[in-house]
Amino acid sequence: MSKRKGVYAAKVKRATHMLFFRRHQKPGVKGWELHKSLGADYPKVLDVLDDYLKSLDLQVKTVFEEEKTPTEKPTLEALDKARFYVTLRGDLTPKESKMIGWRIDDLAGLAIAISYIISKKGQAPRKDVEDLLAEKIPGWKVGLNIDRYIRYGYLSQDDNQLLYLDWRTRAEVDQKALIDMLLNVEAQKTLPTESSEEENEEEAE
Amino acid sequence: MQTTKNVKLGREKLQRIIEMCMAIEAHAVDPFLLDVDDIIKVVREYFPQWEKPEDLNLDAETIHHLASVIKLQSEWVKHRSTSLYADPFLLEEKITQTPREDMVGVFLKAWHPVMEMEQLSLHSLREALRYWETLVPIAERWKQFDITLVETGTATRDELIKQRILGDKVFSEELEKFWLELKEAVAKKGRDGKLPYWDFIGAETYEETVERAFLTSFLITYGYATLEIRPLEEETFIIPFKKPVVKIATQQSISIPIAVSYDSWQKWRRGELE
Repeated sequence: MSKRKGVYAAKVKRATHMLFFRRHQKPGVKGWELHKSLGADYPKVLDVLDDYLKSLDLQVKTVFEEEKTPTEKPTLEALDKARFYVTLRGDLTPKESKMIGWRIDDLAGLAIAISYIISKKGQAPRKDVEDLLAEKIPGWKVGLNIDRYIRYGYLSQDDNQLLYLDWRTRAEVDQKALIDMLLNVEAQKTLPTESSEEENEEEAE
Repeated sequence: MQTTKNVKLGREKLQRIIEMCMAIEAHAVDPFLLDVDDIIKVVREYFPQWEKPEDLNLDAETIHHLASVIKLQSEWVKHRSTSLYADPFLLEEKITQTPREDMVGVFLKAWHPVMEMEQLSLHSLREALRYWETLVPIAERWKQFDITLVETGTATRDELIKQRILGDKVFSEELEKFWLELKEAVAKKGRDGKLPYWDFIGAETYEETVERAFLTSFLITYGYATLEIRPLEEETFIIPFKKPVVKIATQQSISIPIAVSYDSWQKWRRGELE
């Protein structure tokens, strides 16, 4: 192995450790931390890592500060201020989502809350979101669910009871794809819900 | 008489415009409900009649709020032109009409959860064991203090100063003097109105250095100065304010721990610390 390759291999290893293991309260690593640890060529190291992760259906995701995604190649300064995560590259099946601890109701509630807030230009009164969720989720669960989304970092709430999209939504959700797909959903037939099946299973047990 | 009546009417109109603008700023009303041209006409019509400062103030306030509304209108247009824009009514309709399963299906296609791992490593276990070995038993750490009963008495101010319970100057005076010293140091040795932190707190003895770091922390907390931290370069600068900034204490502030260890002091003395 050439010396240069060896250096890159070591840097990729270090970047993997930094990105996979949580170092702060929130997951992910700030660009300047990677800069400091890996050197100024860290975007190249991340490209190599991203390429390697492709085969594992994972990716290195860059979230720019305050959603200022640059239209052209980002500058090193913009990258230093950005936050980097490792996320799933592809998508999950409903069964897999259950495996990582999400009930279909809760996930649907999250999808609705996020889509609604996007449609309202990134902020919506909590009361409106609660009313929307209460149409399909039991009332007692609505508030608990919203609090849970806030706790996980998908939503945030200010003193005026306005809800916003938070860091985890920016890191994990492709907002444009979500809205496009939602608008393309055809008018639907009602099927027996998975949660009611689950509830029946629980009752049977 | 006619002019007085006109002025009164003008004031009322401007007040109403301001209220309308404020409702728009609070997102209670659609920003396009306000016809900016009409409002400007009204403002222009009454402007020559304003003589009193409070009327001119009202006029300026109206323009200020009007500018905010124009900003909101521009944001609205910008949002509409982005690829993320979708008609909220259409979207709301879709959200209510789509069954939960389909909603989840759609969401799962756009959702890429963050990966993270939690695992003990041999290195962390080794560190933990080393810590455990050097940890002093609780019985030794929490030894009972021998308390001897003493008679209560009085102490003079000089005695308290000698025991270092009181400073020999009033603290605020000492702080002001220290602030002037900082300003002088920045004027003499600083660049761009700032000075490397260690160059200001560093002194001949370690004790004096700690005392200066202690006072510096108060300069920053009380708004006499601020810090500029460059994480990449690992540099910290201190910047004195011309006047104490009171709002600093009212804003949400963060604490910045800076280690002033004996080693760091020695490094600074040797010129190894930036």
